Amino acid sequence: MNFSSKIVEQAVDEFAKLPGVGRKTAFRFVVHLLKKDRSELSAFAHSLLKLKEETRECKLCHNITETDICSICASPRRDRKTLMVVEDIRDMLAIESTEQFTGLYHLLGGVISPIDGIGPSDITAQHLMQRVQEEGFSELIMALRTTIEGDTTNFYLYKKLRRPGLKITTIARGVAIGGELEYADEITLGRSILHRLEYENTLTK
Amino acid sequence: MHLASLSLLNFRNHNEISLQFDKRIVCFTGANGSGKTNLLDAVYYLAFCKSYFNPADHQIINHTEALMVVQGTFDDNNEELKIYCGLKRGQRKIFKKNGREYDRLSDHIGLISAVMISPTDHFLISGGSEDRRRFLDSVISMQDRSYLENLIAYNRFLLQRNSLLRSFAERNYFDEASIEVWDMQLSQVADVIHLKRKEFITSFATVFSDIYSQIGATREIPTLNYESPLEQGSAQEILTQNMQRDRMAGTTTSGIHKDDIEFQLDGFPLKKFASQGQQKTFLLSLKIAQYYWLKAANGGNPILLLDDIFEKLDNTRVERLFNLVASDNFGQVFITDTDAKRIKKAFLQTNIEPQFIPIV
Ligand SMILES: [Zn+2]
Repeated sequence: MNFSSKIVEQAVDEFAKLPGVGRKTAFRFVVHLLKKDRSELSAFAHSLLKLKEETRECKLCHNITETDICSICASPRRDRKTLMVVEDIRDMLAIESTEQFTGLYHLLGGVISPIDGIGPSDITAQHLMQRVQEEGFSELIMALRTTIEGDTTNFYLYKKLRRPGLKITTIARGVAIGGELEYADEITLGRSILHRLEYENTLTK
Repeated sequence: MHLASLSLLNFRNHNEISLQFDKRIVCFTGANGSGKTNLLDAVYYLAFCKSYFNPADHQIINHTEALMVVQGTFDDNNEELKIYCGLKRGQRKIFKKNGREYDRLSDHIGLISAVMISPTDHFLISGGSEDRRRFLDSVISMQDRSYLENLIAYNRFLLQRNSLLRSFAERNYFDEASIEVWDMQLSQVADVIHLKRKEFITSFATVFSDIYSQIGATREIPTLNYESPLEQGSAQEILTQNMQRDRMAGTTTSGIHKDDIEFQLDGFPLKKFASQGQQKTFLLSLKIAQYYWLKAANGGNPILLLDDIFEKLDNTRVERLFNLVASDNFGQVFITDTDAKRIKKAFLQTNIEPQFIPIV
């Protein structure tokens, strides 16, 4: 595509960086925005800026929040004895939408994958270990995706975290479509949370 | 499984061709370059969703065209089975069984079994260990899906472990806990794969040497020697032993990804000491053994595709081969040759009348 304006081209380039957006769609977005009046665009731009400026990671679970502690961690109704380990906010929202889980979360922010240059120190594993030390959970549910890397991360954490008095479980395998919690339907996902398995029993299979 | 008809649109050099097969043995005859081999490849394509000769799909579409279609109608125990494959340039290929598209191509593989025997198979002798491993893996995984899954997992674990080793080497750093988790998972699947390969080669070798003596009619003793670092110890032991070396090299230096099969004739390496005819007989026997293996695993006769069979093989051996494939142990056989008379003559001793299809 050849653009008559450098500025239009720049905007298209930016939109095309979004996941699942090609240059054609990006161009459609730009044409659409060009038709808007100034105040609307200004509000749009502002909300983008605020994303980074006014949000932060929850100090406990690494969820995205506007306060130090997110609403889930701060809620008195959550069961503080059960902790579910997920990869990121998308997986957390998928679990939340099942309404089958009332415990707390820990968002790892990724899975261990040397190919992508991600080691244990690049995810919030260290903080998770600290939380397990300090917060006295009785059960830890590993809910990472069932990929080679997700499995390895589960395994790594299991080896680091297992201790007497702490039950480590995993949500039933093969339950999520393509291993992605985000796409699993709520009912199957909900069921697999209720029927979780002892992690140890899923090893050497 | 019997292929009753095949129709191609823009598959390699064939713009449009439709063929019916009414005999068990079908011979495509014609000059070099007429596209006989491409017909065998089309049958292979229907079975494995890919070409035997050319892994790149876009090269299979006739170079001036945008779309290619391969269609085959099979007779599977009196049930009609229609397989369709369509491929448009720049798009993913579509495979259908009786009009319904497969979710995943891998769901199709295994439904139709076929074995191709071609002069290009010589890479099994002349090529590197990875070529022989691929042969080994393809035969085993046809009858053992979990083997294939383990293999895919192994390769992924290996890739990750190597990445980790490389980053350790680059940053002059080492973290035992990080490598340990990959080692444990890697060695778990490695031991399973090793055991399976070992068991497989033992039983495969018996079938293989039997066929060799039938086709070659000689007292030569052909052997398949499985060579694996895991013969020296468990996968975990091998990883531990080689840890220093791996750290230096920044890669996993030993393991089942280094396995090989050594081909021998009377105790000597085939590649160096055997004649071309002996090598060809060796290859043929390997592939026929593969055929028997699939047959036993699938409980039906695979389709046998014999490409340019007279190449480097004397007429007596071809006749013995044809005697073998004419027996009830075999199902449908497709043969290509430039000379119809030569094939007719080689089939004289059998009671079988092949169907001849001239390709121009
Ligand atoms: Zn939180």
